[in-house]
Amino acid sequence: MTRNLIIIGAGMAAGRLVELVTEAGGWHITLFNAEPRGTYNRIMLSPVLSGEKTYSEIVTHDDGFYAERGVACRFGERVTRIDREARTVTGASGDVLPYDKLVIATGSEPFIIPLPGHDLDGVIAYRDLEDTERMMGLAAGQRAVVIGGGLLGLEAAAGLHARGVSVTVVHLMGHLMERQLDEAAGYLLRRELVGRGIDIRCSANSKEIKGKDGKVQALILEDGTELPCDLLVMAVGIRPSTGLAKAAGLAVGRGVHVDDQMLTSDADVLAIGECVEHGGQVFGLVAPLYDQAKVAAAVLTGAEAAFVNRETATKLKVTGCDLFSAGDFAEGEDREDIVFRDPGRGIYKRLVLRDNRLIGAVMYGDTGDGGWFHGLIKDATDVSEMRDTLIFGPSFQGGAALDPMAAVAALPADAEICGCNGVCKGQITTAIEGGAGTLDAVRATTKASASCGTCTGLVEQLLAVTLGEAFVLPTAKPICGCTDLTHEDVRRLIKSKPLKSQPAVWQELGWSTPNGCHVCRPAINFYLLADWPLEYRDDPQSRFVNERRHANIQKDGTFSVVPRMWGGITTPDELRAIADAADKYKVPTVKVTGGQRIDLLGVRGVDLPAIWADLNRAGMVSGHAYSKGLRTVKTCVGTDHCRFGTQDSTGLGIKLEKALWGSWTPHKVKLAVSGCPRNCAEATCKDLGIVCVDSGFEISVGGAAGMDVKETEPLGKVATEAEAVEWTIAFVQLYRENAKYLDRPYKWIAKVGLDWVQARVGDAEERARLVAAFALSQSIYQRDPWADLAAPEAARGFAPLADLTLEAAE
Amino acid sequence: MNWIDIGTPEDIPLRGARVVKTRLGCVAVFRPAADEVYALADRCPHKGGPLSEGIVHGRAVTCPLHNWVFSLETGAAQGADAGQVETYPLRIEGGRLLLDGAKLALRGAA
Ligand code: SRM
Ligand SMILES: Cc1cc2nc3c(=O)[nH]c(=O)nc-3n(C[C@H](O)[C@H](O)[C@H](O)COP(=O)(O)OP(=O)(O)OC[C@H]3O[C@@H](n4cnc5c(N)ncnc54)[C@H](O)[C@@H]3O)c2cc1C
Ligand code: SF4
Ligand code: FES
Repeated sequence: MTRNLIIIGAGMAAGRLVELVTEAGGWHITLFNAEPRGTYNRIMLSPVLSGEKTYSEIVTHDDGFYAERGVACRFGERVTRIDREARTVTGASGDVLPYDKLVIATGSEPFIIPLPGHDLDGVIAYRDLEDTERMMGLAAGQRAVVIGGGLLGLEAAAGLHARGVSVTVVHLMGHLMERQLDEAAGYLLRRELVGRGIDIRCSANSKEIKGKDGKVQALILEDGTELPCDLLVMAVGIRPSTGLAKAAGLAVGRGVHVDDQMLTSDADVLAIGECVEHGGQVFGLVAPLYDQAKVAAAVLTGAEAAFVNRETATKLKVTGCDLFSAGDFAEGEDREDIVFRDPGRGIYKRLVLRDNRLIGAVMYGDTGDGGWFHGLIKDATDVSEMRDTLIFGPSFQGGAALDPMAAVAALPADAEICGCNGVCKGQITTAIEGGAGTLDAVRATTKASASCGTCTGLVEQLLAVTLGEAFVLPTAKPICGCTDLTHEDVRRLIKSKPLKSQPAVWQELGWSTPNGCHVCRPAINFYLLADWPLEYRDDPQSRFVNERRHANIQKDGTFSVVPRMWGGITTPDELRAIADAADKYKVPTVKVTGGQRIDLLGVRGVDLPAIWADLNRAGMVSGHAYSKGLRTVKTCVGTDHCRFGTQDSTGLGIKLEKALWGSWTPHKVKLAVSGCPRNCAEATCKDLGIVCVDSGFEISVGGAAGMDVKETEPLGKVATEAEAVEWTIAFVQLYRENAKYLDRPYKWIAKVGLDWVQARVGDAEERARLVAAFALSQSIYQRDPWADLAAPEAARGFAPLADLTLEAAE
Repeated sequence: MNWIDIGTPEDIPLRGARVVKTRLGCVAVFRPAADEVYALADRCPHKGGPLSEGIVHGRAVTCPLHNWVFSLETGAAQGADAGQVETYPLRIEGGRLLLDGAKLALRGAA
């Protein structure tokens, strides 16, 4: 007996179901589809968009197929109602059709952010052929904005770009495809797309869509940026299409609830595809949907089957962007990462292990082993035996574990060692045998390791392998365990390559950890902001607590608050405001510091924004008593009051503090200005001290009075106050550009030599460059962090996320 | 289990932390990656440092007071230091952060 099967939706899941059920027979199928066509391969819309395929090539079920299998097609007709009691469905035409079994396969709907203007003509999603055709209708030279830097958004952007449309991608998160990729892979992907000419803006929040005569005109971002466009594509996510099921009274959560047999809460109604929720999970990729179709077909033909969700892998279908991501990066205990980076070839691979099993893999650049890794994940293979060489893929397995020396020794002579200069192993060993016995000699003769330097380790291993005992591996001290490079190497490479983000440093310099550690992160953050003030944005999460909270943490977890007192000068009003704040926030200790200002010690973290706001209102800003930056400029009373004073030491001190405050430096920087050689401001033990004399200003540098005590050495003598300010700024900028993180100036000068510093600061042209570079950086960084952080939005970060002290006890 | 909604992952800075106040001290909620979160007691076993103020790297946090490093997954001190921080079940569901109140209550009972 033939019974009636109605299927709602002719998407990819339904397509597979129709094939399987008609093969088995026994059902008369009616297939509804809201789209005016049957099943096509939706995932191939992207190659259609980019012009690599035509629509007819991606149709999987044509009219002939349905006719042959006797399927009654109602394409272009939406189902409007399910009556479970009567067991009928109603179509948009008004026809009411009876069913014995019903399958809901309505897929999902693209999510449209309800921005002002979202209903303008020219604002579209990316889901079906209509959307694709809309995009294909743009002419070369027209402009499109894509909101969403996930899989769909990037495929849309790349496809539009391939048609000559100029495309901007606006992405809310910090890196592209953050669900599938970590930052390093996201960085490589972005680099590739930007390199093609696609404009990509991460951490960008859309605010509204501007239109004219009902048509889209531009997207406006939160920061005011206006991105003009002829078409705006929103690819920000999907939602299971559950409206029909919900109206019919079926159990619905995020999707239509189904059991392992794909049965909904009504045993006569099945559901498959993106519209379902199974075991708390909803779906967005096609592989598990085909499994669901298989189970549903079996259930409908009386066979036994159960759906088991399996790991799915993602690939981006953008020609030339080779990426792969599979498995789980999110939860679980005892995980380990294995990271491999080949900066020269732009390759990044990361494996995530738990209990000796591979649970996740992300790859960029070389995804050849993706299938193999995916298999290991799906099969939960125990990988302890091959752990050390796992990342090199299947071709490295089976033999004995490799030690790095043996691996280098085993490389063929034509293996490329230095990607930058195209030097292979044979050339290097020949050079070594010819007498190049040191790294420098190899660099000089072959150029290997002479550019980006990341192959230095390999070259050294080759020296060791070739020379044996005669070669001792040098022990330059790397920054930390994440890299073999020294601070100096990294600073040089950040400037020369150039590298402008932390993921760029990690990737291009071959970091061995996913995102550094507490030792390298603050250093890299400083190097990047010092070298690229415009391009790089400071990362508070890479700063030690004091610099993130803009206060010194105390041993009991409270903080100290030190407002600036320019040059040590204060006023009764300021003192009153400080006293009021001390009262109001119950500050246990108020102390005059060794830096000529007042410290409020023992302020609770949650009170920081409020006490700052109070001090701000009285005209005071942060004293940066916590920063690797300008601390204090001590002064003496000078000509204003003192009978020996030769120049206005207080005034000069204030000018210097006003010029330098807010700047970040490799370590803290303290200055002092004394009005005469009696030196009451102790200028000759500071990082930079100025002693005023009748004929001008004696500037000296590299003093210390902390763990080491050291007198300053003369930098130069200048005649005017303006020159004294200029020389001081030039010195600080030179220090910012060159010193190793956490070297005070005296340590840095000991390395580069006072002569070098004098020559640079003394040279008028170089001095002007340094002053200009400093001014540029200050245009961004000279902001009062207290004012920024006391603003309501930022202040929230200081409060607890939640307060459960009021919850009733269990 | 008694899942308590404490906010959204986006309330926590990426590679940062926020605290949840409970009657028996603060719990630090860490977000080492966009959709990865962990909850640990906000007290370093060394000298009580607030772990929520530490630098988060990989799946670990460095205590801001004396640089001990703890695994966010197990709460165990890494490297040469020995120590254990209590961990609490925390999960993301439907874009919300859910903290296990049952384990918090046990903490009170213990
Ligand atoms: C508040 C103050 C002591 C006081 O009550 O006077 C102070 C307090 C601290 N000093 Fe200092 N130093 C203070 C003036 C000094 C001075 C004297 C000066 O500036 O004239 C020195 C010697 C001069 C020098 O810097 O070389 C000084 C040399 C140090 C050092 C050793 C630096 C070195 O390179 O050898 C450290 C450790 C460090 O920075 O790594 C340090 C570190 C610290 C820290 C930040 C320790 C820490 O990391 O928690 C202290 C913070 C206490 C707190 O919770 O607020 N403090 N410290 C002074 C603040 C001055 C200000 O107004 O900003
Ligand atoms: C551009 C693009 C690229 C993609 N790339 C990939 C990829 O590389 N890999 C991958 O695995 N997945 C990819 N996907 C996702 C994949 O296409 C979906 O997972 C899959 O198509 C979902 O199948 P489905 O049958 O559940 O829903 P759909 O294919 O969406 O089909 C549902 C159908 O039901 C119809 N419908 C809805 N409501 C009604 C109603 N009331 N009455 C009648 N008909 C209705 C809709 O019109 C639609 O045609 C991509 C998706 C897009 C849009
Ligand atoms: S250094 Fe001493 S003597 Fe000279 S001006 Fe200052 S206070 Fe007066
Ligand atoms: S208190 Fe945490 S390391 Fe000392």
